[in-house]
Amino acid sequence: MSDHSENHHHGAPAGEAPRWLDDKRNVKKIIYALFAVCAALFAADAFYHKHPYFEAESWFGFYAVYGFVMCVGLVLAAKGMRVFLMRDEDYYDRDR
Amino acid sequence: MTAIADLLLPMSPGILLALGGLLVPFLSARISRIYVLALPAVLLAYIFALPDGSHAAVSFLGYELELLRIDNLSRIFATIFMIAAILGNLYAWHEADPVQRTAAQVYAGSAIAAALAGDLISLFVFWELTAISSVFLIWASGTESAFRSGMRYLIIQVGSGVILLAGLIVHVNATGSIAFEHFGLDAPGAPLILLAFGIKCAFPLLHNWLQDAYAEATVTGTVVLSAFTTKLAVYTLARGFAGTEMLIWIGAAMTAFPIFYAVIENDLRRVLAYSLNNQLGFMVVGVGIGSELALNGTAAHAFCHILYKALLFMSMGAVLFRTGTCKGSELGGLYKTMPLTMIFCVVGAASISAFPLFSGFVSKSLIMSASGKEGYWFVWGVLLFASAGVFHHSGIKIPYFAFFAHDSGRRPKEAPLNMLLAMGIAAAFCIGIGIWPEPLYALLPYDVDYVPYTTSHVITQLQLLMFSALAFTVLMLYRIYPPELKSTNLDFDWVYRRLLPRGLVAIGRAIDTGYKHVTDDAKTVIRSAMSLSASVFAPGGLYGRTFGVGNAVAIIAFLLLVALMVSYSAV
Repeated sequence: MSDHSENHHHGAPAGEAPRWLDDKRNVKKIIYALFAVCAALFAADAFYHKHPYFEAESWFGFYAVYGFVMCVGLVLAAKGMRVFLMRDEDYYDRDR
Repeated sequence: MTAIADLLLPMSPGILLALGGLLVPFLSARISRIYVLALPAVLLAYIFALPDGSHAAVSFLGYELELLRIDNLSRIFATIFMIAAILGNLYAWHEADPVQRTAAQVYAGSAIAAALAGDLISLFVFWELTAISSVFLIWASGTESAFRSGMRYLIIQVGSGVILLAGLIVHVNATGSIAFEHFGLDAPGAPLILLAFGIKCAFPLLHNWLQDAYAEATVTGTVVLSAFTTKLAVYTLARGFAGTEMLIWIGAAMTAFPIFYAVIENDLRRVLAYSLNNQLGFMVVGVGIGSELALNGTAAHAFCHILYKALLFMSMGAVLFRTGTCKGSELGGLYKTMPLTMIFCVVGAASISAFPLFSGFVSKSLIMSASGKEGYWFVWGVLLFASAGVFHHSGIKIPYFAFFAHDSGRRPKEAPLNMLLAMGIAAAFCIGIGIWPEPLYALLPYDVDYVPYTTSHVITQLQLLMFSALAFTVLMLYRIYPPELKSTNLDFDWVYRRLLPRGLVAIGRAIDTGYKHVTDDAKTVIRSAMSLSASVFAPGGLYGRTFGVGNAVAIIAFLLLVALMVSYSAV
């Protein structure tokens, strides 16, 4: 995952040996591993018997889809909240 | 004398801890460090030695106070509070400040004493004591904003106590009983008592003191704060309002709304405070459902939650201690020099996210199952969303932005040994309970007939979490995820920190302007009246003018002439 923050980027001090995670290719490996785990978990739904409380739970891959969709929705909603709710860091300190 | 001793024995462990804490200022720092570890450790053993039942009855103004009630519900809370006190003191081992150390003991002691109190009067006393003792942990930061934040905290917490007192008075007047048992909403005074509990439990719209204060307290103070106040409120709710349906909806709201704030909050301790709020929601839902399974879930989740939340606050505290900041926008890449803190933080993150083999998994699932069993499909859906969401900010955001993300270039030292020890013990608890939940289940208020590790449960939970992680990754790769920005996000406290003060000032200004208008107009009227009268009566004015002597003589002569002519003509 790359840095996309808008803050001043310091980076490592000069002369420091790079770490395993500093290599972009290794970060890619982690991401691909996550994709593989997700795919395996999604497929796993075919191989066991659920004990659902509600009908929705017995849909194939319900938890996976729900987790993904709700999280994307959560982040987009939170991003939208910033438009209305975000103020300066010293918002409450200014008029003292 | 012996009679009093007989009444008071056995003494409440909470009172003993609070009284013992008062000795701290008289001990040297070296001795008091060991003392505050040994005292709660002894008292922890003492809690387990105490038999069930009610002890330490004291007569007070014609009421029987019950200072020590031991049953399955109060014992588990007293136990975890005592463990939290030990961990907090170990974490604060390096701290030399006697004020904080004393405050922490009195605070922990009064929370335990409140959890063991069997009547409303002693509950009220310890309720207020927790507020007054804990505020010193906020003020000890020594900054202007910490002082203000502590003041707001104190007002709200003491306010909660005053409302509790009002409810207690109404209740006692109507029933004549001060026993702290199950009330339900219909009991006299119950709404007031519920409101008091709700303030301390950070119900929606009553919650801002939590994010406000916990982000301002000292490094060690926040760890102590995070353990007691809100979980004491969860205990009192479970004792007094189990099965109150309103609490299910309140709890569901509590699980959902703080996570939106947590996603965009920059101060990582404040993020943790928002997720603490969200975890309380799960417990409140459990209380609202009120079945044996649900109340077991609430107690178990409170137990696990205190441990992993303290662990998370400890890890962020260590970061703050070593770098001087806790803001996501200023951190990153710390894993290079603080690897152990990072590992402990990840253990806490996995626990709060309820990963299989971690403590949250075996406690949260009790509440989820209870909501499923009772058929609350909507609440269950909200809790599931909140579970995915909590993984997003506490599970990923906290460790990721502090220890990985973009390299901040900071190379702080690893946390001090005592902090690492405290974090290590808390992490061991998190993993231990996750792998072997039976001892925790044995402590719960009701018999547990529950198997957390079923194939379906493990796989569905892993699906939920991994796909949440996938969502985070995808949003990061496409640069949609909101970056960490230096910011303040307006929450409900805006109403009393900005709107009301501004509103009051505006009203004041309006009154001031109106008053000024009225007085100005009046002054103008008076001034013109004065200047008019001055011009009329002043020397040289119409009435005040003087005549020359010659003119006066001429007029008098004229008048005499007229008089003369009239008198002659009349003859």
